[in-house]
Amino acid sequence: MLKDDVHIIRKQIAGLLHEVSDPEIPVVSIVDLGMVIDIRPENSHWHIDLAPTYSGCPAIDVIPMLVKTHLAEAGFSDIRIEMEITPPWSTDWISDRGNQKLLAYGIAPPNGRAADQAYEGTPRNCPQCGSEDTELISQYGATPCKASYRCLSCLEPFEYFKCF
Amino acid sequence: MEAKTKYLLHLADNPLILGQRLAEWCGHGPVLEQDIALTNSSLDLIGQARLLFQYIASLPGQDTNEDKLAMTRYEHQYLNLLLVEQPNQNFGHTIARQFLYDAFNIIQYEALSEHADEQLKGIAAKTLKEIRYHYRYSSEWVVRLGDGTEKSHHITQEAFNELWRYTGELFNMASYENELQESGYALDVTLLEPEWQNRVSSVATRAGLKLPKDEVMMLGGKEGKHTEHMGYILTELQYMQRTYPEMNW
Repeated sequence: MLKDDVHIIRKQIAGLLHEVSDPEIPVVSIVDLGMVIDIRPENSHWHIDLAPTYSGCPAIDVIPMLVKTHLAEAGFSDIRIEMEITPPWSTDWISDRGNQKLLAYGIAPPNGRAADQAYEGTPRNCPQCGSEDTELISQYGATPCKASYRCLSCLEPFEYFKCF
Repeated sequence: MEAKTKYLLHLADNPLILGQRLAEWCGHGPVLEQDIALTNSSLDLIGQARLLFQYIASLPGQDTNEDKLAMTRYEHQYLNLLLVEQPNQNFGHTIARQFLYDAFNIIQYEALSEHADEQLKGIAAKTLKEIRYHYRYSSEWVVRLGDGTEKSHHITQEAFNELWRYTGELFNMASYENELQESGYALDVTLLEPEWQNRVSSVATRAGLKLPKDEVMMLGGKEGKHTEHMGYILTELQYMQRTYPEMNW
């Protein structure tokens, strides 16, 4: 493969990965979630390193399958995927665009850097009405990555993506 | 079996069996949020066990895989702590068991995340982030229940009294841990006890709970000698693989 070709194909694969999302958070692509670590050619195939979010995330086996299927549809039939746990995935790796999409979807994005704090932080404001007056309902939500909150202004419950 | 394999199995079996126990809460939690919290923790634990089983299966000379390791060993081949196999009983009891384990595990995994084995170190660093979260959850609930109503206090105190006898094993060296001292592969768990005592007693004080003293400690899980509860867990855990060997989804 010529160097230019590698560059172009890598971009093409990255573009396709932008169309794959965690089935539990369908609005954010795995690229914006910070799960894609590396895309590289190896011998005759392409190799993708993915970072699993939580070790017990049920999507852990589904996402590589979705990636393979999606890339196969675009003509990339020989893709090898490896789950890379070191260094461990962090919400600090979610892109700005990812955070904005979470908010628009109704999930308060992680507030602050996980590396700077011992625990999960608190939401900046309610994703529905923007109020800062919120309270914790439970440290866990529908998935391990989220906590349940309620807004004390508009009274709507919402989920907060924990700093992790 | 090599001491290193046994040690890694011991590390993997703890989250596997505790994860299975917490999964029993699915649909039975006292309120929806706590049902979700316990089952989310269960998922984390089983995920942690998977990482370790996958690592064991990848070691040279291993003709096995994560499913066989988790689902098809005999009772005496499981090397988990007796503490994690104790039945759920009630929410307070489950929280007490989780807290005693989390307080130990946080210290254990802080040390393992500095391990010389890069693979184990990576797994430990990933796991530690989750354990910190579990510890926060279980320690806050111990305080809420211990310092709650008369009934919640009583139930939680009873749980500590009953579970305390299984905590000595946390700091008792198994044969394979002794064997691995020279190479430094296994932690010296006896050194972890003072910090565990500090953590547990400071939370117990905040919760208004008394820690039992001079209890006779039960040992054996780490060597494959389990309490009678273990067989029942395995019956459920292994049912599908025993009935339909090597079945897949």
